[in-house]
Amino acid sequence: MSSRERILGRVRRALADVPQDDPSYAEAVARDYLREHGDRSVAETVELLAENLADYRALVHRCGAGELPSMVARLLADRKAATVLVPPGLEESWLAETDVTRVPDRGESTAHELDRVDSVVTACAIAVAETGTIVLDGGPDQGRRRITLVPDHHICVVRVPDQVVSSVPQALERLDPRRPLTWISGPSATSDIELDRVEGVHGPRTLEVILVG
Amino acid sequence: MSGTFVGMPAFPEAAREAVGNPTLRGNLRHATHTIRAKRAKAVAELSDWAALREAGKRIKDHTLRQLDRYLVQLEESVTAAGGTVHWAADADEANRIVTRLVKETGESEVVKVKSMATQEIGLNEALEAEGIRAYETDLAELIVQLGDDRPSHILVPAIHRNRGEIRDIFRAEMSEWGRPAPEGLTDTPAELAEAARLHLREKFLRARVGISGANFMVAETGTLVVVESEGNGRMCLTLPETLISVVGIEKIVPTWRDLEVFLQTLPRSSTAERMNPYTSTWTGTTDGDGPRTFHLVLLDNGRTDTLADEVGRQALRCIRCSACLNVCPVYERAGGHAYGSVYPGPIGAILSPQLRGTQSEIDASLPYASSLCGACYEVCPVAIDIPEVLVHLRERIVEGGPVTREGNKVVLKPAKGHAAERAAMRAARWAFGRPGVLRTGQRLASRTRRFHPRTLPGPGKAWSGTRDLPAVPAEPFRDWWQRTRGTIGEGGAK
Repeated sequence: MSSRERILGRVRRALADVPQDDPSYAEAVARDYLREHGDRSVAETVELLAENLADYRALVHRCGAGELPSMVARLLADRKAATVLVPPGLEESWLAETDVTRVPDRGESTAHELDRVDSVVTACAIAVAETGTIVLDGGPDQGRRRITLVPDHHICVVRVPDQVVSSVPQALERLDPRRPLTWISGPSATSDIELDRVEGVHGPRTLEVILVG
Repeated sequence: MSGTFVGMPAFPEAAREAVGNPTLRGNLRHATHTIRAKRAKAVAELSDWAALREAGKRIKDHTLRQLDRYLVQLEESVTAAGGTVHWAADADEANRIVTRLVKETGESEVVKVKSMATQEIGLNEALEAEGIRAYETDLAELIVQLGDDRPSHILVPAIHRNRGEIRDIFRAEMSEWGRPAPEGLTDTPAELAEAARLHLREKFLRARVGISGANFMVAETGTLVVVESEGNGRMCLTLPETLISVVGIEKIVPTWRDLEVFLQTLPRSSTAERMNPYTSTWTGTTDGDGPRTFHLVLLDNGRTDTLADEVGRQALRCIRCSACLNVCPVYERAGGHAYGSVYPGPIGAILSPQLRGTQSEIDASLPYASSLCGACYEVCPVAIDIPEVLVHLRERIVEGGPVTREGNKVVLKPAKGHAAERAAMRAARWAFGRPGVLRTGQRLASRTRRFHPRTLPGPGKAWSGTRDLPAVPAEPFRDWWQRTRGTIGEGGAK
């Protein structure tokens, strides 16, 4: 007997007490919890996103659509970045005002090559206000998961208010589980030493979020 | 479970040693008190916490009650997404599967995401025996691995170490495993974290095989979820060419939407954050992004035996948040090592004896490693009634009875060493059934109270060695009632 059959057989024998007409999933699972917490205007939701991002040590900037290229250029210059990773579908105008050397997100580039890049600029799929989270889904303007992981500086652009949802339930509703997703809430952090929170272990030590719109 | 903890003394002995260690108690007290206060604040932010907790409980209960169906569905969806599913009935089988898969890649080292399941089966030791070196990449797991130590907490395995001890371990041991600790390393957490970053980065960048567990598996879509903070998880999940995930069969949720409950309750319960810094989800493999090969090893290792116990099966709802550890007065004083398992604290006290059976001394002692104060149940985000299961397991250990071991029904004999307890309970049953006897006994106890010893003689000595005997009142309650409220029979008493 295969282990598959053995385990499934054990499960079935273990559940001998469960009646045939045990409630279905829809009947068994109560969803009395809230779809979002609090009653906010759209502007207030964006404001909450900015607050919660900052609370977890992301650096938050806001600008209008026209100011984005100069904002990106300034942030890269402040960081003294010499190279910047660029996902294939990133809107070209975002980097129009910077002369930092662009490194394309290529499948064959090794992790060591990525490690030598200073910064990365991406868009996102959505952002969650209540938790201060941005979610990447590997879309063309976000690139492979590793490009936002290995470089030490990540600039992420969020289009507000279109890409902002209030809550985790609203976020899941809008995301496609077939895509690889990365939920990011602030920069890399650890609390493993005496439960003191320290930012920056293995992921980017600096996360800058630009809220555009 | 693994042989890592074989030979551990029973909980009372291990705890006695731990309680006498002031550094350990200080480290633990500081850590658990910090986190329990933060958790309470994070939970208070959500006005619907009780509803989320109830939903989480119901989702997990429903899944467990239909587990065979959801396992088959998960297998189908993971396979359809490009993954390969393996089934492991016990630790040895899981270790054999993983070892074979690693060998097939031709690699002799792997990077690991912190995972309770691989700790449970002793995977690192099994790989080592086959010439494969496994690098733990979570900072706390790294501290444990470098220190040749054992984890003592589910979330923060090195919680028993303070910064000075960690610095000493890094200075002494890092060079044995790769990049040495920087010159002049101090004990500030930021410097220690930086040392870990440098030490591990060279391993991440060259690793071709990653090994993980998972926090959740979605039956509907075949999606796996890993929740973490440092980014070491993301490194292991996305940089290698091959990813092997070892996951307990109880980690299933039916639908994608179910994650909306647990992604709200898990971070707040475990690290007391609104959201942990990184959550990764993946469904099979994705062309050009991340590992090209994905293996899922579904682990039983005592879980189906636990499932067979109608009271005890609720332990399988556990999402490993560790909130119960941080509020437990027993854990706070005894530390995680005393529990003799990778699952310490209140959840460990009900999970380990069910996964492993109660044949060993340590497992038979674990249901007693509790004051039954109920704080663990209060904070549990999936409402596991830990005290109820503790009492249930105590009864089974003392009285014996039917249990399931490795899929077979067996009848457990009453445990040795509980003869006095059984005799006392029998005597109590006899006395409580005879009001006259009880009354006489109580009067006798009251009148002789000045002559009572401070400790019990004979078999009761062990009990009173760690407790004060309750004071006997000068007058039994029933006599007092009769004297002050008139005769028995009034007030509707039968």
